[in-house]
Amino acid sequence: MGIEEKLPAGVLLTTVEGVVGYFRKASVWPATFGLACCAIEMMTTGGPVYDTGRFGMEVFRASPRQADLMIVAGRVSQKMAPVLRQIYDQMPEPKWVLSMGVCASSGGMFNNYAIVQGVDHVVPVDIYLPGCPPRPEMLLDAILKLHHKIQTSKLGVHKEQELEEQELTALESASTSEMKGLLR
Amino acid sequence: MTAAVMPLAAGELAAFGKDPWWIILIKAVAITVFLLVFTIFNVWFERRVVARMQHRVGPNVHGKFGLLQSLADGIKLSLKETIKPKGVDTILYVLAPIISAAMAFVAFSVIPLGPEVSIFGHRTPLQLTDLPVGVLFVLAAASLGIYGIVLGGWSSGSTYPLLGGLRSSAQMISYEVAMGLALVAVFLYSGSMSTSEIVGAQAGGSAVDIFGVTLQLPSWYGVVLLPSFLIYMIAMVGETNRAPFDLPEAEGELVAGFMTEYSSMKYLLFFLAEYVNMVTVSALATTMFLGGWRAPWPISLWAGANEGWWPLLWFLGKVLVFLFVFIWLRGTLPRMRYDQFMRLGWKILIPVALVWTVFVATARATLSAGYQRQFFFGIGAVVIVVLLLSFVYDAVAARREKAEEVEREEADQVEFDPFAGGYPVPPMPGQKVPGLEPAAVAVAAASAGAGSADSSGGAGAEGAGQQADSGEERGRG
Ligand code: SF4
Repeated sequence: MGIEEKLPAGVLLTTVEGVVGYFRKASVWPATFGLACCAIEMMTTGGPVYDTGRFGMEVFRASPRQADLMIVAGRVSQKMAPVLRQIYDQMPEPKWVLSMGVCASSGGMFNNYAIVQGVDHVVPVDIYLPGCPPRPEMLLDAILKLHHKIQTSKLGVHKEQELEEQELTALESASTSEMKGLLR
Repeated sequence: MTAAVMPLAAGELAAFGKDPWWIILIKAVAITVFLLVFTIFNVWFERRVVARMQHRVGPNVHGKFGLLQSLADGIKLSLKETIKPKGVDTILYVLAPIISAAMAFVAFSVIPLGPEVSIFGHRTPLQLTDLPVGVLFVLAAASLGIYGIVLGGWSSGSTYPLLGGLRSSAQMISYEVAMGLALVAVFLYSGSMSTSEIVGAQAGGSAVDIFGVTLQLPSWYGVVLLPSFLIYMIAMVGETNRAPFDLPEAEGELVAGFMTEYSSMKYLLFFLAEYVNMVTVSALATTMFLGGWRAPWPISLWAGANEGWWPLLWFLGKVLVFLFVFIWLRGTLPRMRYDQFMRLGWKILIPVALVWTVFVATARATLSAGYQRQFFFGIGAVVIVVLLLSFVYDAVAARREKAEEVEREEADQVEFDPFAGGYPVPPMPGQKVPGLEPAAVAVAAASAGAGSADSSGGAGAEGAGQQADSGEERGRG
């Protein structure tokens, strides 16, 4: 609705952040959307053994207008990229993207002209999940980490402050070309 | 059913329309809050039960037993960004979900939730209001709710919502006919269209005198008028767009049907409307067929079961049973195809409902006028006529089948030309492509040909070909 974004900074906003974060993380509806082999693991995660329904995530919405989370499950071909971007654009804020598998995260083994080398070329990614394919346990782990991220995300003025701080740290940190020695 | 037999006088409804404004306010707010809370419970209940049916656990992380789940869904949805796609008809786009949700709530105002109770020392029935045509009011409100869906589908300005909206309006309108017809028998029996009187009429069973033997009929119309009850049950699933009749939202075909372009608060309203509608049709079914708020049999032996606030509990229990059936159907049945669904509605439910209504009307008229003997003879005569007709039909059908078979055989005699239309086409069942024989048959025929005509030597292959052809001829014969 937008009212929650306009509250003044302080205790009230922090409380609202906590409550809103809790309810948002309790109800993350993924978009019905799978691209390749990883999608099979994603479906298993919704099945009886792993059951994302425990977190209220069994509601895969066919219409992106009602979805909160886009699980990019599989490699993104150059042809699929605009479609994927459109689905992302059709989702209402706040929305999250989970890049599942090495292919979606970095192109993986498909280092060629047909595959987008990482879905972050197309949409902003919140959680990268390695593995080829990642096991359902790993997907669940990624989802739980995303839940934590949603729970602790900031609203309104606090969000702006956070973004500014991130911008500053990014400006001050050394660029990759300046880094020396073993990069780890 | 003349007015003299079953008076439709205002006296029966005298308890209504006398409340001071604050009682009406309390009741209206209470019903709204009740429906909201019940919807929240319902969504959770559905997800848990469906999960159990699919060998899963279902929501259990957020809140005790996952009870906060549907509340979280609601709050999250209302906090989401509101998207208004380009090309929508703004006014109708906003109005549609409001119509849908409002009508779902309105229908509940004439459902009797209990007997007369005292609220702050004021005695009043546990029902917002009642009308002499209360049930028609529920049906009318449900029909108005369809406007929300049609307008929502149309005003979204895109293809899938439009198709979904059209589908659901066709569906709801056709199932409303069957639903209304199923209720006619109840009106005939109770002699009233007001919900509270129908509940009252189910209080005590009526007695029927058959050839001098007095039978005590059970009081629930769900038992007495079982066909009506079954038709109503099917129609109410169709009416609420639930599985296996959830065609408007068929995800594989229509994305999310009429809700495709709706997000955030407006989607929430549609969602709410669907669940409230489920409660409303279940409550109507309870009222019409399961004795309303009156206690079911073993409890009804207790004298105080139908007094005070207790009936609210029985009512809720019965509604919950219906809701469970809704969920059970969803967890069990695959979605029907659209044409099958329409055929079920128009060719089976409505004719059956019509015949049943005529039967009930005849039975009521003859029995209450004291023509028991004639009535049962009449039934016997109808049964005999139906039996005779079925024999005649069987004979005619057998003859027609034979004629069809002969025709098919004649058609088979005609040579099948796979290239008749310029493109190769596969043969119809029973037809054979000339010159195309399974290899095994050809080999067997070749050896047989070689055996019989060993002297012809070089002509063996040709003979085999002939054998194969004649074999094909025999196969056709
Ligand atoms: S990461 Fe592996 S499993 Fe996933 S899409 Fe790529 S190749 Fe398939």
